[in-house]
Amino acid sequence: MSIDKIQEEIVEEFALFDDWMQKYEYLIELGKSLPLIDEQYKIDDNIIKGCQSRVWLHADIEGNKVVYTADSDAILTKGLIALMIRTLSDQKPDDIVNADMSFIDQIGLKEHLSPTRANGLLSMIKQMKFYALAMQAKDQF
Amino acid sequence: MGTEILSFDVEKIREQFPVLNQRVNGYPLVYFDNAATSQKPRAVIDAISEYYQTINSNVHRGVHHLSQLATDAYEKAREKVQLHINARHTHEIIFTKGTTDSINLVASGFRDLIKEGDEIIISALEHHSNIVPWQMLCEKIRAKLKVIPFNDMGELIQEEYDKLLSEKTRLVAFNHISNALGTINPAKEMIAKAHAAGAAVLIDGAQAIPHMAVDVQDLNADFYAFSSHKMFGPTGVGILYGKEKWLEKLPPYQGGGEMIKTVSFKKTTYAGLPHKFEAGTPNIEAGIVLGVAVDFLQEIGLENIAAYEQELLEYGTQRLMEFDFMRIIGQAENKASVISFLMGDLHPYDVGSIVDKLGIALRTGHHCAQPIMDGFNIPGTLRASFSFYNTKGETDRMIEALKKAKMMLS
Ligand SMILES: Cc1ncc(COP(=O)(O)O)c(C=O)c1O
Repeated sequence: MSIDKIQEEIVEEFALFDDWMQKYEYLIELGKSLPLIDEQYKIDDNIIKGCQSRVWLHADIEGNKVVYTADSDAILTKGLIALMIRTLSDQKPDDIVNADMSFIDQIGLKEHLSPTRANGLLSMIKQMKFYALAMQAKDQF
Repeated sequence: MGTEILSFDVEKIREQFPVLNQRVNGYPLVYFDNAATSQKPRAVIDAISEYYQTINSNVHRGVHHLSQLATDAYEKAREKVQLHINARHTHEIIFTKGTTDSINLVASGFRDLIKEGDEIIISALEHHSNIVPWQMLCEKIRAKLKVIPFNDMGELIQEEYDKLLSEKTRLVAFNHISNALGTINPAKEMIAKAHAAGAAVLIDGAQAIPHMAVDVQDLNADFYAFSSHKMFGPTGVGILYGKEKWLEKLPPYQGGGEMIKTVSFKKTTYAGLPHKFEAGTPNIEAGIVLGVAVDFLQEIGLENIAAYEQELLEYGTQRLMEFDFMRIIGQAENKASVISFLMGDLHPYDVGSIVDKLGIALRTGHHCAQPIMDGFNIPGTLRASFSFYNTKGETDRMIEALKKAKMMLS
């Protein structure tokens, strides 16, 4: 499925929630249910530092697609990571680099992506795109 | 409420803080992030506008009427601060940008006053702004930075401090009250010990000034730094108190200290205190209005404030302890109205994000004091810091919000 399509799906899912509490409960569920990253990749080299919560990110290539795994020590952050992985993982580098992540705003969770929140999420998206860029460059040879 | 000391009416006081009267995410705001910055009373807010509507002009320059009025008001504010902290002279009060700027002023001046191998002592309870300037100084001069450790309660270990002091110690810098834990350090005793070793002392008073009466002469501090924004005044201005003899010794901060030294004739033009440290047009309006904030504090009385906040601290601590697996980080015997805590293994970010949705403003994270968090081996805490406009009812609301967060996250 295309990134746009997945994002549309997520926006539709969130439209079913009446208030922030249901959204947060859903994020917490997502955060709890997903084993996001292999322990061997939960190392300092893969850490994205925010002073509020820590995020680990790992990228692999499978065929012509980038597959991401990630984790965080905060569960809300982890829930948001799950959404980002759902949209960006298993996609082509070109599409990842050009992906518009404004769906986070549309589902009413923009505040978690504010740079002042310092929870590592914003840097995570940058890093995801950066990996995709690196793979794009590799492809050209 | 069960206590006798309430010589002021909290509801009346709250009326003077317009910002408190609002809803956040649909709930009445509970502002418990006072250690980060304080809210402003109407008198302060109005005075800012009043300044621009009536006397705005540059200070210490013109002979014209407005400039004279602005200069008088600015100097009057300096005098109010002097009286407020009981400094001996008005010119011992230097206007800066804030606590950080005040500390940097002294640290940069000490480049000329220390040499390789000398030692500076700070404490492990410091805010980054009372760590980094001294680290930079020590790196530059190849002096040694020594650190007073704290115990499990978050109190500085005095025996360790005694051991660190020596004839090599040139300066000791520590906070009067820790912003992360609320520990009130025994400043007077610690200053006396430093003086006995021949060292100067800088006190970071950012958290003490809004909560207790401070007498710099009684403390016998050589330098005392604080910020207006934490004491109900405007942002962008702070104070460095320095004993006259130390301020005379320090070179000017801005404008090229080294150059001035070699041109002795020019030095005299900068020499007069306090202006030697106040290069450029200052934050005139904030300086003047800081004086209004001082009046406001004086009117309520810091003894009343301290007593009431102590009540809030006790009540908050007691209510928080109702939770299973509650960990209060920092349990010093002498403590200001700051509670840093952790709820079981719930992440502060998660808890903080949920209670924010319920209108409760807590601080989460390391509170710009990473070494403290490392010392307790935790990534950060939740922090509630109370001011005299807070109430026990607000604490009850925080407790309810925390219960909800716990329920959602467990
Ligand atoms: C103990 C302490 N020192 C220094 C500072 C820095 O103050 P400012 O940012 O106003 O310079 C703070 C502010 O958080 C503080 O709490």
